Amino acid sequence: MELVEAIILSVLAASTPLLIAATGELVTERSGVLNLGVEGMMIVGAACGFGGAWLTGSIFVGALFGIIAGMLMSLIFALMALGLAVNQVATGLALTILGVGLSGLIGAGFVGERLTPAAHLYIPGLTDVPLIGRVLFGEDAFVYFSIALIIGVWWFLYRTRAGLILRACGDNHVSAHALGYPVLRIRTLAVVFGGACAGLAGAYLPLAYTPFFIPGMTAGRGWIALALVVFASWRPGRLVVGAYLFGAVTILQLHAQGWGVGIPSQFMSALPYLATVIVLVLLSRARTGGSTAPAALGTVFVPDR
Amino acid sequence: MQLVLERRTERSNTIALISPLIAIGLTIVTMTILFAILGKNPLLALQAYFIAPLTDSYSLQEIAVKATPLVMIAIGLSLCYLANAWNIGAEGQFLIGAVAGSWIAVKTQGTDAGAWVLPAMLVLAAAAGALYALIPAICKVKFGASEILTSLMLVYVADLLLDYLVRGPWRDPNGFNFPTTAEFDPVATVPLLIEGGRLHLGSIIALLVVAAAAILLGRTIKGFEIRVVGAAPRAARFGGFNANQLIILTFAVSGALAGLAGIIEVAGPVGHLQPGISPGYGFTAIIVAFLGRLNPIGILIAGLFLALTFIGGEQAQIAMKIPLDVTKVFQGILLFYVLACDSLILYRFKLVFANRQVTRGAG
Repeated sequence: MELVEAIILSVLAASTPLLIAATGELVTERSGVLNLGVEGMMIVGAACGFGGAWLTGSIFVGALFGIIAGMLMSLIFALMALGLAVNQVATGLALTILGVGLSGLIGAGFVGERLTPAAHLYIPGLTDVPLIGRVLFGEDAFVYFSIALIIGVWWFLYRTRAGLILRACGDNHVSAHALGYPVLRIRTLAVVFGGACAGLAGAYLPLAYTPFFIPGMTAGRGWIALALVVFASWRPGRLVVGAYLFGAVTILQLHAQGWGVGIPSQFMSALPYLATVIVLVLLSRARTGGSTAPAALGTVFVPDR
Repeated sequence: MQLVLERRTERSNTIALISPLIAIGLTIVTMTILFAILGKNPLLALQAYFIAPLTDSYSLQEIAVKATPLVMIAIGLSLCYLANAWNIGAEGQFLIGAVAGSWIAVKTQGTDAGAWVLPAMLVLAAAAGALYALIPAICKVKFGASEILTSLMLVYVADLLLDYLVRGPWRDPNGFNFPTTAEFDPVATVPLLIEGGRLHLGSIIALLVVAAAAILLGRTIKGFEIRVVGAAPRAARFGGFNANQLIILTFAVSGALAGLAGIIEVAGPVGHLQPGISPGYGFTAIIVAFLGRLNPIGILIAGLFLALTFIGGEQAQIAMKIPLDVTKVFQGILLFYVLACDSLILYRFKLVFANRQVTRGAG
């Protein structure tokens, strides 16, 4: 029983950064922008998040630093891809290359330092209930926030007028523009929201997942988050399922080593990446009757005024 | 105030030529500010980065050595990007090439094998790189899976495979437990061009690759097809060009070149297989490809320039304790400026001060 509980807890912890980053990217892509810089924004968020928490002693300030760092990074992307109409794929890659360098530079002073990780909720009585107690009432604040975030995004996209306009920009920017909606402004906001989420997801790693910062600690999670958006066919509900599935694959790999499965650890570590490839292939194959991606995704839009 | 883009009626060729230079200039200005923020004398830092490596023959050779993998990979990537196929996983193809070629080196170690070893390593590495690149290409063509994401995921897989081999079956028993194979035999090593120097045969191979790409793109129908499919997909369809076939072809060539670069790096400057054989060559080559305007000669120049930043970064670290990550920041900023300046070729930038939409839209 304790083992099951431990596994569920660690799956939730491993899934949370994926869920937060992918939620941000989902909103960005729904507005018609493909930002491949998630990994770069995450890794800068991790360095700034750790730095903020280390300097102030507050996890909350650390998370805030991560969010701001992600937003600033995404603003560079918005300026390039929306302001200057540069190819979004190339700009996103540039953002990741820059982010990896910046994160190393910012984080150099923090390598080897340790933090007290984010506290877990404890409600006497409820948290003590066996099995479900700790899973439901004993998580850190990030986990609850990530669930609130995806519910909020679902509500925004499907239940508000602003969400409808945002989706319209992603599906047909020419029509949205003709109707008088400021396409570029809406897309900029969506990109910055995605940046804030990626920054927070990055900050989660040194603030709650591990108590220290190491260079390159995002280890491709930003790219997996991008794949998750495809996996979810751009729908919030499926995104939750996808994020937890991928979290489970990551944890399976860790526990398999503990159980003494006779497979070299590197092969198990490759699982999440291989799973991503396989999932992408299976999903794209299943979707023969036309793509579910926002129709204007990744295309340049220059308003003719 | 609003920034407005206005499409040019025709491409500006002057700007197309000078835009990489503007980008480099802007990057150097930005770096000067960054050095000042880091508390280093910007002039000394720039001198260490860009001038010092050009002043002695050892560093000059080192620049050519570093440029070799960058140019080879970037040539392959440029073919992909011209055909609108996004191969982002060159780093993985580089590593797989290094692993596949090293397999022969490890198996023939100390067996008095003949001069066939190195050529066999090069061929196997190129084949392995091509096959590895074909995975995302086929997933794209057959199933429509994003080649960007799949090629990138395979980078991590290749990295882990290399890690497993050098920590497990291929580890040098006399290597003091370091994760590395034994030093390759002389027959499994890329020969040096200058006795006692660093320059090796790989640089000649890179030059041949540049020449071959220039001929392919400039003088052959295939090269024309690649450019048309990328630039005008609709026209290409009417012309009967098969875009899917070109994705497969450009990915295979690009993977082969990355794989070849991988084994040349391992059997040349490094001398054995170990983790960390690439300081991100596969990713830096993306910058090289764009900075070189996806043109073979441009890529050669861009490759030498990016190699200079690697060597300059090392010198600046030794001389001025400037962190090595500054080189990566430099490369990232450079790519941004290159892309931004490219936008100038297609558009005119205009600052509009009054919001014209409101005044006109009311009527």
